[in-house]
Amino acid sequence: MSTVAQTFKETARRLTRDLRHRELIQNALGKYYVGRDEKKARFQNWQEARQAAAEIKWDAVNHLDKYLEEFVSKLEARGTKVFWASTGQQACDYIVEVAKKRNVRSIVKSKAMTGEEIHLAQALEKSGVEVVETDLGEYIVQLREEPPYHIVFPAMHLTRHEISDLFTKKLGTAPTDNPEELTMIARRTLRKKYCAADMGISGANFAVAETGMISLTTNEGNGRLSTSLPKVHVAVIGIEKVLPTLDDLALFLPMLATAGAAQAVSCYNTFIGGPRQDGESDGPEEFHVVLLDNGRTRLLADAEQRDTLHCIRCGACLNVCPIYKNIGGHTYGTTYMGPIGSVLTPHLRGLKEWKHLSFASSLCGACTEACPVKIDLHHHLLQNRRNAIRCASPWWEKLIFKGFVTLMNHPAFYRLGVKLGWFGQKFHWLVKGTRLDPMYAWTQSREAPPLALHTFKDYWRRKKS
Amino acid sequence: MSEREPILGRIREALRAAAPKPGLLSGPGQRVPAHEKRPTDFRPWLPAVGESFDERAALFAKNSAELKTDFQLVADRAELQTKLVALAHAEGWKKIATHAGDLTNFAFAALGMPVVRTDSRYDVNELESSDAGITECDALVAQTGSVVVTTRSAGGRALSVLPPHHVVLARRDQLLRDLPAAFAALKRQYGSDYPSMMCLITGPSRTGDIERILVLGAHGPKKLTIFCL
Amino acid sequence: MKISLFIPCFIDACYPQVGISMAQVLERLGHQVEYPEDFTCCGQPAFNSGYWDEARAVAEKVLAMYRSAEIIVGVSGSCGAMMTTFYKELFHGTPLEAEANAHAAKCWEFSDFLVTKLGVTDVGAKFPAKVTFHDGCHGLRELGLKKQPRALLAKVKGLELIEMGAAESCCGFGGTFAVKFPMISTAMGEVKCDSALKTNADYIVSCDASCLMHIQGLADRQKKPLRTMHLAEVLAKQ
Ligand code: SF4
Repeated sequence: MSTVAQTFKETARRLTRDLRHRELIQNALGKYYVGRDEKKARFQNWQEARQAAAEIKWDAVNHLDKYLEEFVSKLEARGTKVFWASTGQQACDYIVEVAKKRNVRSIVKSKAMTGEEIHLAQALEKSGVEVVETDLGEYIVQLREEPPYHIVFPAMHLTRHEISDLFTKKLGTAPTDNPEELTMIARRTLRKKYCAADMGISGANFAVAETGMISLTTNEGNGRLSTSLPKVHVAVIGIEKVLPTLDDLALFLPMLATAGAAQAVSCYNTFIGGPRQDGESDGPEEFHVVLLDNGRTRLLADAEQRDTLHCIRCGACLNVCPIYKNIGGHTYGTTYMGPIGSVLTPHLRGLKEWKHLSFASSLCGACTEACPVKIDLHHHLLQNRRNAIRCASPWWEKLIFKGFVTLMNHPAFYRLGVKLGWFGQKFHWLVKGTRLDPMYAWTQSREAPPLALHTFKDYWRRKKS
Repeated sequence: MSEREPILGRIREALRAAAPKPGLLSGPGQRVPAHEKRPTDFRPWLPAVGESFDERAALFAKNSAELKTDFQLVADRAELQTKLVALAHAEGWKKIATHAGDLTNFAFAALGMPVVRTDSRYDVNELESSDAGITECDALVAQTGSVVVTTRSAGGRALSVLPPHHVVLARRDQLLRDLPAAFAALKRQYGSDYPSMMCLITGPSRTGDIERILVLGAHGPKKLTIFCL
Repeated sequence: MKISLFIPCFIDACYPQVGISMAQVLERLGHQVEYPEDFTCCGQPAFNSGYWDEARAVAEKVLAMYRSAEIIVGVSGSCGAMMTTFYKELFHGTPLEAEANAHAAKCWEFSDFLVTKLGVTDVGAKFPAKVTFHDGCHGLRELGLKKQPRALLAKVKGLELIEMGAAESCCGFGGTFAVKFPMISTAMGEVKCDSALKTNADYIVSCDASCLMHIQGLADRQKKPLRTMHLAEVLAKQ
């Protein structure tokens, strides 16, 4: 077993027993469920809207070359510099270079999962630039020097007390257990950063091909400040983010907010189509769009799972996932966690090392049902399992399933097996729940169901005769 | 070096295999027939909005209440003046920021206090220390309780987000039905020459990042007031 | 109507009463039931573990066994989903694809069959108890079972249904997942047990015996006062 799989299991074992963690997450998400259901009910037809969103994303992703070229030519026409990066490294190098050229000393960053994906902040810090996360949750986890816990709610795993302690330690502020006061501490600290920053970095939720704009969704307003005040704005965008037309946002913005955050629409949906234009009084002098492949074209080549590129990173699949709710976001050890992370990561980072994520699912399908763009998430987990077995499977497991086929395809063997099992279970108590128990994986925490003396087959025989 | 051609090449290569259409594996509760053509009219599925002005105004007011936006219909400029002055007094404004415009000019005159103008280059620190940013807008959206602003309609990028209180002055005919109408209006207004930034503002700035408890004014304005004339 | 029963392996071996109950209810309603005695397993354990070739080897036999069946009624949401939704995926692009589709069209889950196909909700059952209902994920999301079992329970004399919070969230069984990641599976089961306990119901009822096996096993180990019963058993009570 790979070491990442080992770590995954160990962390999962610890967190699933942590009842405080369980309650914290359940409470945080409890509020989300109520709000989401209420907002969903306002749609005249949520299922039709999902189907439409899926079809539009299908169109975009399956004509990606055409839409990307349109997006880029529109952007460039208005003075935006576009950089195409095959790898995260190339993207980082380019942005570090831009920062150097423009003499950038401090950067404000609004939340961008692509930034996390390519470890952009670390690369910039290494080159001697200060990078401050401005999304409150991101800011908190940055101060804690840990990755986000959730793609939409990065600090969901922390209580107000922990955050207060953190601020006291790192910012020297007085302790408080009032979330509002805590927020205001961050507001005051970050305001100074916005006004002084030389560069703003953002991601994008959508890239509108028709008009050459990025669409950026935030609630706090940090996205707007980071893209308004500094003299340079860099947006890091996965190539799959395209939407064909501006009108499509009328569908996607409310769906993103409803599914992801239980809101009708998010507070700020900002559409940026270039640097400051003639006659405009503010805005950055330079606007750079970095288009990121970083494994996405590989995913695109897998037609069966191409719809994974429809993902709008709303986080709904995490919110409903019983695995996520019990093991939390850090256990995955990935940039993208939850169901979408378990589907994506094997493609982005290698199936061999990351296949355990696709097995760590009960296949309940709650994710697939929640996904606003209808990605067949749990089917993809199954396909990943199939692919993983094809490329490598432990000999003993192969043997078990060969045995399974033999047993099931020979009813006489099967009957005999059940009878032997019935006999064998008489001695089960000798080893039950111990490491010697062949059923230990089950009996370590659960009682095993007793095999019946008279099976259904026996009943049927008796009935017939 | 930009990897434009290699990436486009990989995309074209990848797309040679056709992907299954979406929704084929959906469970019974989620299954709807596929649309023949990719849909462009979303109105039948989005939250419903009445046709008349009164219905729109009522819905906008309801959404505003939920979002904690202060939304007020005002009859005429005289009433606007009274209300603005009262608001400035109640909030203790000492300095405001605004841009040139028919309604904003009127408001500035009515308030008669120091002002930062963002029509041309301005000092960010001056704007930051203003008590309120007063702007016009492109549209209001009843369906979601949103305000549509652009660099052209609302005095640049920062005016509507940097000061702690954002005041929007709108006209009745700007109150649109829904999001499709808002995007259509933007298209009509700007065509191929869009402002460099357009924004749909829905309520005052907010966060739930601490224990999912709602706090207003995370980074942007703590208060949003809309006067609709 | 001539009905071919579909009794999953673990019901045959561990919970024969569930299968017997289904057969009795169907006969009581005047239908002729038959059972292909050579049927063992639908192949789901192999399929879910990634061993699709092995799953296909088992599933091919299943297709052959039921080839002449007019209508197939099964007593498990999960195995039912396997035979409908997942067989289609398993046989996609193979010579048996058409047959898998035809097979899927003949398959019914027991409660769905009674309510949707036969239009029966009152099967004359009587069971004076307070119960809560757990929606098994596959039944719920792949087969659309939600109203059907509730409609049947509503007509059981003396029975009171108390809905639990988060009835639709997974109990944590998930087939081989339960033994590959027992810690996660157990935690999910605990959450489920807690929701059920809060209702003070005497029984947790479900269309899926596999979920119940997991829930009961956990409750017994943790000495929680929970009893489980399959919907078919409830409907067979008189
Ligand atoms: S997979 Fe679907 S539900 Fe999950 S984050 Fe992406 S769009 Fe949202």
